[in-house]
Amino acid sequence: MTRAGGNTIPVLIVLAALLVIWYIAATLMNAPWQAALYERAGTTDVPLAQYLADVWGQPKPLLPAPHQIVQEVWDNTVGQALSSKRSFLYHAGITLSATLMGFVLGTVLGLGLAVLILHNEAMNRSLMPWIIASQTVPILAIAPMLVIGLNAIGVTGLFPKALISTYLSFFPVVVGMVKGLRSPDQMQLDLMRTYNASRLEIFTKLRWPASMPYLFASMKVGIAIALIGALVAELTNTAAGGLGVRLLTGSYNGQTITIWGVLLMAATLAAILVLAVGAAEKLVLRNMGQAPA
Amino acid sequence: MSDVNLDIEQGEFVSFIGPSGCGKTTFLRVMADLEQPTSGTITINGMTPEAARKSRAYGYVFQAPALFPWRTIEDNVALPLEIMGYGRDERRERVARSLDLVSLSGFERKFPWQLSGGMQQRASIARALAFDADLLLMDEPFGALDEIVRDHLNSELLKLFARTKKTIAFVTHSIPEAVYLSTKIVVMSPRPGRVTDIIHSTLPHGERPLDIRETPEFLAIAHRVREGLRAGHSYEEHV
Repeated sequence: MTRAGGNTIPVLIVLAALLVIWYIAATLMNAPWQAALYERAGTTDVPLAQYLADVWGQPKPLLPAPHQIVQEVWDNTVGQALSSKRSFLYHAGITLSATLMGFVLGTVLGLGLAVLILHNEAMNRSLMPWIIASQTVPILAIAPMLVIGLNAIGVTGLFPKALISTYLSFFPVVVGMVKGLRSPDQMQLDLMRTYNASRLEIFTKLRWPASMPYLFASMKVGIAIALIGALVAELTNTAAGGLGVRLLTGSYNGQTITIWGVLLMAATLAAILVLAVGAAEKLVLRNMGQAPA
Repeated sequence: MSDVNLDIEQGEFVSFIGPSGCGKTTFLRVMADLEQPTSGTITINGMTPEAARKSRAYGYVFQAPALFPWRTIEDNVALPLEIMGYGRDERRERVARSLDLVSLSGFERKFPWQLSGGMQQRASIARALAFDADLLLMDEPFGALDEIVRDHLNSELLKLFARTKKTIAFVTHSIPEAVYLSTKIVVMSPRPGRVTDIIHSTLPHGERPLDIRETPEFLAIAHRVREGLRAGHSYEEHV
């Protein structure tokens, strides 16, 4: 906890610097449109304070100022009923459930594939290239086909979206766990051999516990991209709602403030999810006797 | 390795000494069925190494402790017992007895990183003792430890040997260690790995005080070991 305290000031300084740069950028980027507005209205000699208020207060700015985004998020979370379709929280909830479902499926799939690769020589030689190839296919191309295709055969709702999350999040788990399950050194494996331990015992008593740090590192990456997968999947099924849908409608209507607000919302959600995995990691590794860092 | 013929009697403490590359570790690993011999046979209590391994007839102590960092000391010692299917009560009792034999009582709940290198190696010896195999195979178990800790562990090991009546095969590259511990010393030389001398120790069987290492008897054996090692080296130079 002393480290967290020590980080606070540097983080705040970086945040302040970013805000300053953002306001400067917002001023510069929104200036041409503001100039056009003034010209149309015939306004001249605008005082600086008025100018800044105007340039940071446009309804559809090229780059919204930070306070506009915060205001947007506030209005659409605290300022709305939870059940309202305008509420960001309502949509975040939809995205979150698809993300979590996809993440769990992806982690299980990743673990299964890692175990297969570890214990079967044919799988070891043949599976990895396909797994890597799967990630080179643009998800934006796959997502609509999958969602619409599943829709056509009557599979609707959460599952098709979760499947996109699964498709993305299984990958880091496979890669990490193949390495993690192979992390025990030769001496530890020899030791198990002198006990005439079975493959199952070697797995449960040696390989699995040895791979825990790898699992959590993989899951941190996995849960973040599971969220991306859910957002992308939502772009193709706008009726079902979700943050991706709000993003899309915002973009259709040129509501830049809404777009940025949704982005902020999604980023916050991702941060919370990664932190949650991190907390679980700390808890598990501490129970496994990890030396304090 | 070539032309290695050797009998180890029950209750003996046999050291294998030689420079690196002479195959002393390989020999031990073949006995443990961790490696396959290209030719020749080895029997342990009349069994092949594989049968001996499958009947869990030996305990093996490696060069490093190889403790599992996520297990406490008692759980590490209990590891072979879990695999061999001992019940919970018997496990607890055997772990306590083994830890007592290596003077680690009181450290049951510690994790390996909380112990010094010497204590970790003692825990790994306790782990090899836990399931009461008659044969203990030790591959330079104290090689990575400093002289003071090593002296201490040597005398502890000798006490343990006297008390448990086990057969011990011990690989080392330290002459004093080999002479101090052994009832029989096998001197080996490299390329090809072979036995140059087998010395039956005249030192008393069982516990030996550390200052036995200054007696003429001890020095005479050490001298003979050194001669055997030198003989192996001169052969190498002529080839």
